[in-house]
Amino acid sequence: MMMGFWTSMRRDLVLATRHKSEWLTALFFFVMVTNLLPLGVGPEVSLLRKIAPGVLWIGALLSTLLGLQRLFSSDHGDGTLEQMALSPVPLAWLVAGKMVTHWLVCGLPVVLMAPLLGIQFDLPTRSLGILVLSLLLGTPILSAVGALGAALTLGLRGGGALLSLLILPLYIPALIFGAGAVEADLAGISPQGHLSLLGALLVLSVFFSPWVTSLALRIALE
Amino acid sequence: MSNSVINWFKYASPATFYPLAGRLVPWFSGLAVLLIAWGLWIGLFVAPTDAQQSEGYRIIFVHVPASWLSMFIYCVMAFWSALGLAFNTRLSGMLTAALAPTGALFAFLSLWTGALWGKPMWGAWWVWDARLTSQLILFFLYLGFIALQSAIDDPRRADRAGALLALVGVVNIPIIYFSVQWWNTLHQGASVSLTKAPSMAHIMLEGMLIMALGFWSYAIAVVLTRVRCIILERELTSEWVKRNAVD
Repeated sequence: MMMGFWTSMRRDLVLATRHKSEWLTALFFFVMVTNLLPLGVGPEVSLLRKIAPGVLWIGALLSTLLGLQRLFSSDHGDGTLEQMALSPVPLAWLVAGKMVTHWLVCGLPVVLMAPLLGIQFDLPTRSLGILVLSLLLGTPILSAVGALGAALTLGLRGGGALLSLLILPLYIPALIFGAGAVEADLAGISPQGHLSLLGALLVLSVFFSPWVTSLALRIALE
Repeated sequence: MSNSVINWFKYASPATFYPLAGRLVPWFSGLAVLLIAWGLWIGLFVAPTDAQQSEGYRIIFVHVPASWLSMFIYCVMAFWSALGLAFNTRLSGMLTAALAPTGALFAFLSLWTGALWGKPMWGAWWVWDARLTSQLILFFLYLGFIALQSAIDDPRRADRAGALLALVGVVNIPIIYFSVQWWNTLHQGASVSLTKAPSMAHIMLEGMLIMALGFWSYAIAVVLTRVRCIILERELTSEWVKRNAVD
């Protein structure tokens, strides 16, 4: 079982490194969106510091959406996904491998880039640490929940727009606690409560999502 | 088989459910008209004028029942989805598909009447109150469900994918609700809250309950009518439809 997980993960990682545009697009999208905001609302530092947690988190949310559409679609197109569903390895483990890869490719670069963008928004150093921590806990939730949406909308017309309609409402708790942690730290309150809740959401979604996603994939493959 | 055994699945077949639904629709439609008329009469004429909100509060008789129904219908959808996935019954999926537009309608009605109520009371059409926000998200969940179902051509896949989404949604609703509530209390934004005046006149509660029952009957009547249309659409080629249903 673990073998299947590692194989699925390694295969997707190799594919991602051969198509650099995949993860670079998500990263540049994140940078672009967060950099457009100050141009829209004005360069006032106190305002920017206030909106920074929300802006950075929403940027992370949207940029993970980009990669999600491709999570299963190319494997679905060439029939690999059907072979995976037929293989003796539980589909949930293979799906888990794909999810981890999606996080490594679309989530982790965003986490690493976030403090740099936080500096642009004049966040203090301690809040930058909290921002990275909240994103580190939060972006795997986005990959896990998003994979379910990708499986449900697999091969449908207008899949991308539909995917965001299905998934964004489910992202709301992660957004609230993730941005809330940074905001709390900015306000001088301990962010621990927010981070604990974010951790709880992470455990829940990572535990259940591969299983539910594999059910959704089987429905889509019928 | 002994007589004491109830056949729970008798009406799970579209062929037996279709005529049953047809017989039930007029009853529930009549009940809905009566109850809503009665409830509106209590709401508009009998209930006393509120001390703080004068006549403006009377929209509560539409607003609160619509909000209740919108939440309740999502739970009913999740129930039928679970049943459909567990027993693989076709009718459950059809019923879920028929429930969604009515639920979305009530969610929208609740938001709309809420805005109409909010303007004279708080001076704003919209405030980021916890209940308003979570109701809006519920509306989005309905829209997502309807969009997913209408994007899938194969009705069996649409039913099962929709069922999975409804179940995931119903698990998420409490999480979303509490996160929005904590978010709201932390922000301490607009200092209005919907927490009720402690003592509500007895007659107001009565009017609201009657309106809720009326909306409930309306929902049942409409959903049964819609599920009859869905049954006909999907079973058009089957033998019993050709024999009975098509006049």
